[in-house]
Amino acid sequence: MRKLINTPFPATENTTQGVVHTSRKHESAERQVQGLANYVDDIIEPQGTLYAAVGLSQCARGTVNSINLDAVRASEGVVDVVTIDDVPGHKDIGPVFEGDPLLANGEIKFFGQPVFAVLATSVTLARQAALKGKIDVTEVAPVLSADEAHRQQTFVRPSHRFGQHSERVDDVIANANHQASGTLSIGGQEHMYLEGQVSLAIPDEEDRMKIYTSSQHPSEVQKLVAEVLDVKLHRVMVDMRRMGGGFGGKETQAAQWACIAALLASRNKCAVKLRLPRFTDMHVTGKRHPFENAFDVAFDNTGKIEATRMTINGICGHSPDLSDAIVDRAMFHVDNGYFLGNSDIVGHRLQTNMVSHTAYRGFGGPQGMIMAEAMMDKIARTIGSDPLSVRKRNLYGPTTGTTTPYGMAIEHNLLPEMITELEESAHYWQRREAISAFNRESPVIKKGLALTPVKFGISFTSKHLNQAGALVHIYTDGSIQVNHGGTEMGQGLHTKIAQIAANEFGVGLDMIEVTSTRTDKVPNTSPTAASSGTDMNGKAVQNACITLKARLAECFATSLDKEAKAEDVRFSSGYVILGEHRIGFAELVQKAYFARVSLSSSGFYKTPKLQYNRDTGEGRPFFYFAYGVSMSEVSIDTLTGEYTVDKVNVIHDVGNSLNPAIDIGQIEGAFIQGMGWLTTEDLKWSENGKLISENMATYKIPAIGDTPKEFNVKLFGRKNAEDSIYHSKAVGEPPFMLAISVWCALKDAISSLSGYTIDPQLDTPATPERVLNAVAAIQQADSRGGAV
Amino acid sequence: MIRFLVNNDIVEINEARADLTLLQFIREHRKQTGTKEGCAAGDCGACTVVLAEPVITNDETKLHYRTVNSCITLMSAVHGKQLIFVEHLSDSKHLHPVQQALVEHYGSQCGFCTPGFIMSMFALYHSDSKPNRDDVLHALSGNLCRCTGYRPIIDATLAVCEHTPNDKFTAAQEKTLATLVSFESAAPTGTGNIHTPSSREELKALITAYPDAQLVAGSTDLSLQFTQQLKKVDTLISLTHVDALKQRTKSEHSIIFGAALPLSDVAPELLAAFPQVAELVTRFASLPIRNQATIGGNVANASPIGDMPPLLLALGATLHLDNGNEVRPLPISAFFTGYRETQLAQGEWISAIEIPLRQPNQTLAAYKISKRFEDDISAVCAVFNVTIENGKVEAISSGFGGVAATPITCSALESALVGKQFSSKECLNLGKQILFDAFAPIDDVRATAEYRKTVLANLWHRFWLEQQSVSKIETRVVQHA
Repeated sequence: MRKLINTPFPATENTTQGVVHTSRKHESAERQVQGLANYVDDIIEPQGTLYAAVGLSQCARGTVNSINLDAVRASEGVVDVVTIDDVPGHKDIGPVFEGDPLLANGEIKFFGQPVFAVLATSVTLARQAALKGKIDVTEVAPVLSADEAHRQQTFVRPSHRFGQHSERVDDVIANANHQASGTLSIGGQEHMYLEGQVSLAIPDEEDRMKIYTSSQHPSEVQKLVAEVLDVKLHRVMVDMRRMGGGFGGKETQAAQWACIAALLASRNKCAVKLRLPRFTDMHVTGKRHPFENAFDVAFDNTGKIEATRMTINGICGHSPDLSDAIVDRAMFHVDNGYFLGNSDIVGHRLQTNMVSHTAYRGFGGPQGMIMAEAMMDKIARTIGSDPLSVRKRNLYGPTTGTTTPYGMAIEHNLLPEMITELEESAHYWQRREAISAFNRESPVIKKGLALTPVKFGISFTSKHLNQAGALVHIYTDGSIQVNHGGTEMGQGLHTKIAQIAANEFGVGLDMIEVTSTRTDKVPNTSPTAASSGTDMNGKAVQNACITLKARLAECFATSLDKEAKAEDVRFSSGYVILGEHRIGFAELVQKAYFARVSLSSSGFYKTPKLQYNRDTGEGRPFFYFAYGVSMSEVSIDTLTGEYTVDKVNVIHDVGNSLNPAIDIGQIEGAFIQGMGWLTTEDLKWSENGKLISENMATYKIPAIGDTPKEFNVKLFGRKNAEDSIYHSKAVGEPPFMLAISVWCALKDAISSLSGYTIDPQLDTPATPERVLNAVAAIQQADSRGGAV
Repeated sequence: MIRFLVNNDIVEINEARADLTLLQFIREHRKQTGTKEGCAAGDCGACTVVLAEPVITNDETKLHYRTVNSCITLMSAVHGKQLIFVEHLSDSKHLHPVQQALVEHYGSQCGFCTPGFIMSMFALYHSDSKPNRDDVLHALSGNLCRCTGYRPIIDATLAVCEHTPNDKFTAAQEKTLATLVSFESAAPTGTGNIHTPSSREELKALITAYPDAQLVAGSTDLSLQFTQQLKKVDTLISLTHVDALKQRTKSEHSIIFGAALPLSDVAPELLAAFPQVAELVTRFASLPIRNQATIGGNVANASPIGDMPPLLLALGATLHLDNGNEVRPLPISAFFTGYRETQLAQGEWISAIEIPLRQPNQTLAAYKISKRFEDDISAVCAVFNVTIENGKVEAISSGFGGVAATPITCSALESALVGKQFSSKECLNLGKQILFDAFAPIDDVRATAEYRKTVLANLWHRFWLEQQSVSKIETRVVQHA
């Protein structure tokens, strides 16, 4: 550059005070509402782009004898067909452990497993051709239930166990004043990101490959594409601008389509797009794990827990995928916010002939946490106490205990305070009275109420994933480009990152551009998962900014008198200020450029304080906990099982919020998604293992009418006691579990039929049918209740 | 030829595949990618676009803006209309008010459903009324969002619809109307593969010429054969432009709806005559589907889980079956002969549906039970139409969905209960028993057979309770009046 831009941009915001900790619109909002935000399927296709589709197995388990693809090859428009034998490099794309062949490798492991891929001149022709494969399989009876998996002892990974004084559990339970047991069947969940899986592979010179993908984990896509193609990682570049929803469903599940597209692109030297139609997407991608869990609990007359035994059974599908960590996280959350006394927690990873279940918002946490709440309800009904009193009685604290079953000390517990605040502000006890009065007068419609807490551990439980990188460039007009390892899936990560960078440099948000996530900008990144996106990438970006600020400050101080010290320089409101001297940010940037100061820096962050010894089951797997409390009121119809969620009050802890509007959006969205998981989202498999809730007509996520009429969400507003980015807290997953209050409220309404003496068995999802069955069970058990 | 406006541009299509969807036209032919495919089945609304058409109300011709799911709409549906999609709303400097509202209320997260929501908001913004929260829910019932939990979208829509519509579309209304009216001078001639007859005679001639071609009206079900099952189709005959099939006649004794009237056009008069069936009508799929799907299509389709047949069975409707030469009346109770089989002869179509008006002593209720309230298919649909004279049951007609291979009635209910005191426990218990045993439903993805039987019996319980003059106990968690 011989000449710089004449007029550097002046600061456009009078003050940058408040560029963080204030509500800012999503960085793409204006493009989204105009249809101008591009997703992978919207990218202008290179000339000659061809389209891929996958052919699926039509049984759940067996040995492949032959694959006859003659009719596929002869189908109109078909250019190429591949099977596992055509993979030049590594054939398995399992993210942590082997077990996920790119295409079926001699064995069929689940109904709908991709067996071959076809390339054709149009999307429709490819998909039509993919229906024509003839796969000859010697079938074997599939394992399709937790019971059967236990009977046959089929596990994807070894079981894991931890506890506190677990050797005493048997004795304490045997001798306690009260014992209770329970089992719960917990349904899985389809992610139902509105944008289905899609990848576009564009071959570059020789064996180089560029991938556009809708993935939460571009670095893993890069690595797997390189392995499948048998090239070095530096030959593959993955670009990810935004996803149309992820929720965990694009953490490992996006890679397969990128790898298949890359394989076909490499063979045919043309751009290849593979976009799964919805029903295929639903068959071939993993879901939230269904669980079959059980507890035995001992407690005193006040409901205080003395010992807990918990058996966690994650139904993992055919391969390990991420199930080891998912079942671990379920185990880490069976306490929720409660001290379990002497504890013995065991977690099994059951192998079944189903699609391999995978990450989904909460990552096993919800399926563990719901057990704690099931226990609270059970204890309350046993001793005839209000469930809220039992919950409060058992919170971590001086009268109970402060050590989790995995040996982590609970510090900074916010739940007692938050529960009290919600209990008072949402008038729990008055509403409890009103509901009792209503139920006495209403024979058909019954109301229920529940207040439940959430305590969710923040950090990847695989320690090495707790690292992040960033790359920040300042250009000579003062505009700043920020790259980082996190991916944008709608959660507002890029918005928060832009706020952090703007705050660091003291400039307006308009000066910050956060780019697509690219493996050639920031390498070796972790998935955007575990709610860690802002915590880790925000710190990495901050660190890059601090490096650049130091250079600019040095440049500025040097240009002033000798007394000037670089460490006294402040960046604020578009200016760089030192004592009475100040200079426009862009002007200083130009000065620095001419002074040959580097205007680009990487940044790095690793989460501190983490240590967990899996062999002993002791340690600190989490940097901190995020907390929340929610109260739900429901009405059920005892004639049909239909119900509505009438009123929801939430107080949630996001630390010192970086962006209240985005955080509230995360909380509300997570709540509704969690409510869907527990109510209408009903995964169904046929007897031969085929998913039959295979489209949006048969699998029902919450619709707009399911939004509670009163839905009040408040941020707790306490700074994170740990040194997280500006003392904020992670928000992606924790509020998902606030919806457990809906499930408890439904049970409360059903329990009212027994005068609150029976804790109803209500497996999830609690569909109207399940609610009606639970009503019928109570009516049979207790003649006092029942409809007219 | 199909002629329509894409925003302000006149577009004429002379040749196209019969199964070309409006979404494919927008994304693949027009290369406009703002409109998204989420499911290709009309279930998610990411592909929602608006079709504006001239409608005469109170002697005034106005543009009427309606949402449709472009993923299952065929090109025959757009003739003579203005197609508006998300890219058309803003101008170079300003967001459209509905876009601005959604931004200001933080109503987008991942953004993939957003264009569809924007179009549903846009159509509601252009409706005449100031919508309340329930109106907003109905208008957006066909749009799924997986990120936000909807609250900010509801707030944004309520806020923007407070205002009288004032945008470039209202400014251009006269010109747009004039252009669209000028299109009416020439009837569509189809695209070579999808034929668009405009008269009974043309329809008959086309059926004779293409005896294997399927008839299509709203295409909300037929399109799934192309987009989901990937079936190939060469020729279709669209009923959308046959004027004779879109007539409405009301006499002293009955209402006659042309079979090709979309449910949205049927709903106002149907609900005026039978306000008790609001639950069924407002919960029939979603608004974009109701804007396309026709009353005749829902009958001819003969699906056991369609929601109109149970209603029409209970109301004692008569179908007018036409073959181009003569029209024969057939009670709908005789129409369904087996799973997706009917009395329609080759070359015959339903031209109209005649519904007798309610007598003062008739008591009517329609119930729909599904996993989700909005946009779901009935696990059980039940319609009861009971004539009560001096407290005694005089007649019962009924219609049920989801309990048999066809939409079905239960004559045993009538024969057992006629002459009984309606308010008696006997009437309650006998009715429940009969309905529990009446059918042999199946287990499927929506419900078990046992649940269907139980709920059917319990819906009689609900009906019985609701008709007791003395007690006014609550019987529903959602009111759809």
